[in-house]
Amino acid sequence: MNAHTKDWEAFVTQKDDGTAHMELAVDGITCAACIFEIERALTKEEGVKHARVNMSSQRLSVDWDQSTYEPSRLVKIMEMLGYKVYPFDPAQVKARGDRIGNELLRSLAVSGFAAMNIMLLSISVWSGNTSDIDVETRDFFHWISFLIALPTVVYAGRPFFRSAIIAIKSRRLNMDVPISIGVLLATGLSVVQTFQSAKHAYFDSAVMLLFFLLAGRYLDHMMRRKTRAFAENIATLKAESAAKLLPDGSTKDVPLSKLEPGDKVLVRAGERVSVDGVVLEGTSEIDQSLVTGETQLQPVEAGDAVFAGTMNANGTLTLGVTASAKGTLLDEVNRLLETALEGRSSYVQIADRASQLYAPVVHLAALATFLGWTFAVGADWQYALVISISVLIITCPCALGLAIPVVQVVASGLFFRARVLLNSGDAIERLAAVKTIVFDKTGTLTLPEPALGDAGGMSAEDLALAGRLALSSKHPLSKALAKATGELKPIPGASEETGKGVRAVFEGQELLLGAPAYCRIPQDMVEAKRRENPGSSLIAFRKGEETFALLAIGQYLRSDAVETVTRLQAMGYTLEMLSGDRVDAVADIASQLGIDTWQAEVKPQDKIARIEALKAEGHNVLMVGDGLNDAPALAAANVSMSPVSAVHVSQAAADAVFLGEDLRPVANALDIARKSHRLMQENLGLSVIYNMIAVPIAVLGYVTPLVAALAMAGSSVIVTLNAVRLQFMSKSEKED
Amino acid sequence: MEVLLYLIPAALVLGGSGLIAFMWSMKNGQYDDLEGAKWRILDDGDLPDGHAPTVGSDPK
Repeated sequence: MNAHTKDWEAFVTQKDDGTAHMELAVDGITCAACIFEIERALTKEEGVKHARVNMSSQRLSVDWDQSTYEPSRLVKIMEMLGYKVYPFDPAQVKARGDRIGNELLRSLAVSGFAAMNIMLLSISVWSGNTSDIDVETRDFFHWISFLIALPTVVYAGRPFFRSAIIAIKSRRLNMDVPISIGVLLATGLSVVQTFQSAKHAYFDSAVMLLFFLLAGRYLDHMMRRKTRAFAENIATLKAESAAKLLPDGSTKDVPLSKLEPGDKVLVRAGERVSVDGVVLEGTSEIDQSLVTGETQLQPVEAGDAVFAGTMNANGTLTLGVTASAKGTLLDEVNRLLETALEGRSSYVQIADRASQLYAPVVHLAALATFLGWTFAVGADWQYALVISISVLIITCPCALGLAIPVVQVVASGLFFRARVLLNSGDAIERLAAVKTIVFDKTGTLTLPEPALGDAGGMSAEDLALAGRLALSSKHPLSKALAKATGELKPIPGASEETGKGVRAVFEGQELLLGAPAYCRIPQDMVEAKRRENPGSSLIAFRKGEETFALLAIGQYLRSDAVETVTRLQAMGYTLEMLSGDRVDAVADIASQLGIDTWQAEVKPQDKIARIEALKAEGHNVLMVGDGLNDAPALAAANVSMSPVSAVHVSQAAADAVFLGEDLRPVANALDIARKSHRLMQENLGLSVIYNMIAVPIAVLGYVTPLVAALAMAGSSVIVTLNAVRLQFMSKSEKED
Repeated sequence: MEVLLYLIPAALVLGGSGLIAFMWSMKNGQYDDLEGAKWRILDDGDLPDGHAPTVGSDPK
């Protein structure tokens, strides 16, 4: 057989001057020493121009001269140092540059600079107005403020103006519309007042407003970016590549994006199938638990279809890659997924709902003020206009614009610590509204990997022997057994007979591990064991003639599943379970967990139907699932979560992904979401109270720039402090 | 109050140069890895012999 090489070319991007560049996710960077070790080892290499570890994102970026260096050497060095590296597929990282974040940060810097300098001048004017400032000095200060403020508003206001224009074009109202109007009116009024050498100008209000809101936006953006970068690393660490079979018989590891229908792919025993395809050569058994929820192994032979996400148990298979063929499960899932995504009603975020109420009210109040001062009081129209604009300035949604984002920033930090990654921005609000939770069984409530259940009354000594024997096999059941026994030394001379089991001679006795028939286990014993362990697969062990046993290996509950389910029920959620697995396996798990409502052997369309039915009854449904068969249901539910072990399609359809072996993050996420939602509402309430105090003052014409500045800064600080409370709320809970 | 004619432009120029320095450092990628930056100060690899310098006063 020819050498197995990895196709590094697929991961490398080339620059014009002959420099090649590669980005890699590095597993295991924990301390400062790691950075120096990696960078020094790589820069010592001839041809490497630049190597830099980014510790925040756990990534390594390398530049080298193409003519003198080979990327495979780089990986070898990293392996020698003890780090696993996974190159990023350039197709996935194309849009990596953080343009939005940079724009926000630049705007923030400019508005911060302007706000400080204008405030310096404004305070002089305010204090001068009460004492002895002369008109020339005041005008001079206003003109300088004008020169600073005008370019600042144009530059730093772009993120708001752009979004406001988009909203107005599509005939919607979002928070950026009143913000833009407020900023522009404050600036416009001040310009006119500067020309008229008036006593007041509102430049500081306009610029300070931009500064506060940009700070909120930037923090929000960074939190999201951190989560996304982390999620990208995880996706890369899962290393979705396939061994492509070349015409000359050698294989090459290529990223999935480089595979095309018709290509041949080799899948060895114990490997996960990464593409959809048809078996061309070989026979094997495959574990479909990630795809259908079915936990029993399925035999496959030439002509059968296999799906990405399944595990090849024993034989080597050659697959022909197919574009999702008509009538296959994947095709069905994709079709359902599309329909579900189309039907997903777009959730109107709480901030947009607030601004839809807020904008008309405030703008009508300003209009009424103008009309009132002109006609009822009989004031000069220009004076009336100044007062009505001051109403708009003081109600400009500084607090309202910050009320939701600051809570989201604090909440994202808490989610991150709770090992939950949010995919969509409004997931917090949708999680908070959940009433019913629907769980998938396999891989969600249970652990994604099988584990040893019933050891069949074997002595510890025999179990250790079985574990050592299992090390020589790549079969998933053997792997589970080896992991359970913790043995590390394979038995010398053990040989695997594909599809049957492992055989070895140890201290003069024949040892067998594998299928019951291979180990010559009596049929009645096998059947009795099957009945005892309905949800498990059986693996047999034989030592010599007398000793033999049957071991049950199956899917077991995540260690904290019972505790989490009890906690969720105590929190008032209705729980359900929908699984594609057999009835007896599902019933067993349901009784262990105390979930009363469950369905087994459900197809993807049945899962959707059940969720739609629940939604029609007025339930807000959270779907938690990991399999390919769950993907449409994940998209159909109001909000959805996936464990990190889920198939790619499901993770993409889910609103949040939780990490680790525990189920606890699901309950924690719901808890954080509920508290965040309460704080968002509190913050909106605070903004309303603020406006109820500020608007009458403005309508009566008592607002000066000093009052506006104090009100704006004060209300922003209050909502921010209230949001920070979330951190203490969840901290005190952890100490309980 | 003529002194303001010098002081205000001076204040603006100083503030502006800070702003420009920030923009430069951002473009230069100084904030790309804040987590790593705090560890890199501990690196002695830039010293000529790769060893930590003697701490405290020179022993005579």
